[in-house]
Amino acid sequence: MRLSEYRYRTISSLAGSLLFVRRVFSARIGEVIRVLSPDGRVMVGEVLRIEGETILVEVYGETTGLDLEHTTVVFTDCVRKAPLSPEIIGRVFNGSFEPIDGAPMFIPEKQSPVTGFPINPSARARPDEFIETGFSVIDGLNTLVKGQKLPIFSCSGLPSKEMVAGILTNARLTEKEKGFIVVFAALGLTFHEYSFYMKVLEEMKTGFVAFANMADKPVMERLLTPRFALTVAEYLAFEKGMDILVIITDMTNYCDALREISTSREELPGRRGYPGYMYSDLASLFERAGRIKGMKGSVTMLPVVTMPEDDITHPIPDLTGYITEGQIVLSRELHQINIFPPVDVLPSLSRLMQKGIGAGRTREDHREIANHLYKYYARGRDLRRLEAIVGRDGMTKGDILMLDFADTFESEFINQGTFRRSIDETLNKGLDLMKRFALESL
Amino acid sequence: MTGKIIGISGPTVQVDLKGLKLYERVYVGHAMLTGEVVRLVENRAIIQVYEDTHGLGVGEPVKGAGMPLTVRLGAGIISSMFDGLQRPLERLRDEMGPFISIGREMKALDYTRKWRFLPLREKGDEIAPGESIGFIEEGAFRHFITGGNDSNKKLSRIAEGHISLDEPFGEFEDGKEIMGCFEWPVRVPRPYRRKFSPSEALVTGQRSIDLLFPLARGGTAILPGGFGTGKTILEQSIAKFADVDIVVYAGCGERGNEMAEMIEEFQTLKDPRTGRPLMERTILVVNTSNMPVAAREASIYTAVTMAEYYRDMGYHVLFLADSISRWAEALREISSALEEMPAEEGYPTYLSSRLSGFIERAGVVETLNGAIGSLSMVLSVSPPGGDFTEPVTQACLRTSGVFLMLDTSLAHRRHFPAINWFQSYSLYSKEATSHYRDRVSQEWEKLYYRCKEILQKEETLREIAEIIGIEGLQDTDRLLMRTAEMVRSDFLSQNSYTEDAFSPPEKTCAIIKGILDFYDQAAGKLKEGLTLEKVLRAQEE
Repeated sequence: MRLSEYRYRTISSLAGSLLFVRRVFSARIGEVIRVLSPDGRVMVGEVLRIEGETILVEVYGETTGLDLEHTTVVFTDCVRKAPLSPEIIGRVFNGSFEPIDGAPMFIPEKQSPVTGFPINPSARARPDEFIETGFSVIDGLNTLVKGQKLPIFSCSGLPSKEMVAGILTNARLTEKEKGFIVVFAALGLTFHEYSFYMKVLEEMKTGFVAFANMADKPVMERLLTPRFALTVAEYLAFEKGMDILVIITDMTNYCDALREISTSREELPGRRGYPGYMYSDLASLFERAGRIKGMKGSVTMLPVVTMPEDDITHPIPDLTGYITEGQIVLSRELHQINIFPPVDVLPSLSRLMQKGIGAGRTREDHREIANHLYKYYARGRDLRRLEAIVGRDGMTKGDILMLDFADTFESEFINQGTFRRSIDETLNKGLDLMKRFALESL
Repeated sequence: MTGKIIGISGPTVQVDLKGLKLYERVYVGHAMLTGEVVRLVENRAIIQVYEDTHGLGVGEPVKGAGMPLTVRLGAGIISSMFDGLQRPLERLRDEMGPFISIGREMKALDYTRKWRFLPLREKGDEIAPGESIGFIEEGAFRHFITGGNDSNKKLSRIAEGHISLDEPFGEFEDGKEIMGCFEWPVRVPRPYRRKFSPSEALVTGQRSIDLLFPLARGGTAILPGGFGTGKTILEQSIAKFADVDIVVYAGCGERGNEMAEMIEEFQTLKDPRTGRPLMERTILVVNTSNMPVAAREASIYTAVTMAEYYRDMGYHVLFLADSISRWAEALREISSALEEMPAEEGYPTYLSSRLSGFIERAGVVETLNGAIGSLSMVLSVSPPGGDFTEPVTQACLRTSGVFLMLDTSLAHRRHFPAINWFQSYSLYSKEATSHYRDRVSQEWEKLYYRCKEILQKEETLREIAEIIGIEGLQDTDRLLMRTAEMVRSDFLSQNSYTEDAFSPPEKTCAIIKGILDFYDQAAGKLKEGLTLEKVLRAQEE
């Protein structure tokens, strides 16, 4: 601890959001600094690099109007922390953790560093408790479990927003248990999206904590917002014993912010200009999901990724897929024929599903129904290609049945509009479909 | 010897400390973070820090440890779980709680525990370098204690009974004590007398591997595949069922939940050969993706050194890493922080030489004690975008013996393990096949060739069938398609969640033989003039 605050007016260069401060006695990596601009504004920044007495600082705010002579930099001797209190529930903040719902800031019970600490792998409990999202295609075929991180891979123009809203309002634990707290972090939000989500939150009234980083805010803030959200989530989960669902949209904006900042720091770019450490950086967010042995709470994560050019091999969905435990992939074709949610079942996968379903979790016949539905639908989809070549008339009766099944499966099972289906309704729907096509015996 | 931090950039730190050696271990800052000297420039040293540098400040002290980065080798390693710097994660959890905060040193081995030591030699005996003087019973294993690797010496004293690791197990006439554990630098391969070329098959219990792309004891295999192709499940299945004595599993930059699941499974599942819990033959080194990057780089060396240690006792050890790409990325990150000139995709130019140096630590060896031990490696690779032309896959291909290509389209069809049978290969086929021929079935080699042939023919036919429809094919061709379908669904696919997860070679042989017998019989009937439908109906009845 330093006993006094150090102020410097020794800025040697300024470029974008980066500034170099010279002749600094003492600084730490990640230390929070305050920048006082000549016109009296106060901004927050962070120490990035130290070379002898020269310090490289990144400023979170708008750097227009800063100069070399009169701008003051104050070193605070502490790393970035998030204020925490149970009163945070039901509140809406901007990306810098300032309330934007009209109510005053709460009084924090404690402060925790936003980067968090990794969970000791030997302390992790295996995720195996079912979460009901209300969407058949997720609950039935790609089940989400507590402590899992399951991203939604969307394409631009697809209704991922409506899906998120559906999950925000509908997600709950099993019948008996109470619902959980949703921590919602919106990154790079346009005003249009912002008002959409605010309406959803207003209807929910409580049971959430929201962070909204707007599209016109400095990109540095975009890197900070999910960390605030996750620090809050960890606090509520592991100190207050609550089950937390963290929804982050849109990670593509986050990654682009990461790229922008990396370039301004003159780092070596990796694939498509994204920094080489993007995998580790994304992991430092996603890996904060989990459950801990002997503790009550859990952090489950549902990030939304918009695949640039609909390309699943693009670095953003690619690296995300390597870290997360599965993915929910949305399809343009299904959206075209007006199916909601437009989830493509074939490339979607929930890796932790096997442990979270079955007797005592969902229903005894869940696994079997899911496997059968997947198998028949996959066969039907395969046959569509053949149909395009030889025509429907040239196909066997069995094949035509499969084609019909695939169509009905899409329009009745996947498609459900905004109505919520419980897991029982979902499974019955699946059974009903198989009965109608007399598929059980196959 | 203490210096001060003069600069920090990501995981690298500059200090004004003279007298340090290259690759010496150092303690950085008040928090005593572990680091390693990676570059010396006049009166400065550049240090790669193995922990999160957040909150580290200039002017904080740096101290040299006087030795390189090492692992501690001794009894108690088996069935433990370590991080990339060999900190025991379970004991760390018990002491610090569920989160890992930085700068916490903890001895890898438990010194309070007493081990039963049984001497094999007596006072006055002359002990050759690497020769064992006795052993500890570590679970089901004899953990041999050697007198060190320097020269022939006479024993002046030898202990017996229950001893803890920090007490001497014996003493030489020159006064040197024999300890139960010692430090070994991670980047230095452990010595052996000589190396042999792999000649014995390594049974994995995975049908497609054992028959088509066999592994060998002392050999290396890589399994590259995009996400969702089942790399981890396949690695874990091999770790569970491989016919080896000891398994070292390095979870390198992967998911924490996966490790939790694995630990739980390994504690409950039994080894099909010995009937004991799998964890009793397993060593875990875990550095998940959110743990410090530099420690991830070190973790595979930590793991392989422990693997070599047990190989030196004459055991067959299997080392698995999931995934080597994450290690390469860590290397890239450090290289970029050092501002080195990058090669392809930002990886340092020494990527391929580092990797081959590492992979060459595998092999069958005659140990200093005269026993035969082996170290086999199975490494998963995560090529970005599923693109196999990327540098890490290519570098691995050059030095490994088995290439198991995991195929995204097979995975989408839920065909697991999603090993592509056209692109994959094994350089140990010849040795392994003759090994299986002698031990399992005389027909093994024939089955191997016929299975490959059927899959190859199906590929050609499928192209035709896609144009003219399957009904337009001749009966013999349709029979072949039908057989290939059986090979794929009944033989090559294997559900790792059921009993079928482990298929002993005898079962592997029986299944493929059954399918081929069906094919031969049906083909014979077709020759007699029956139609395929009739033949199939007759078969079913």
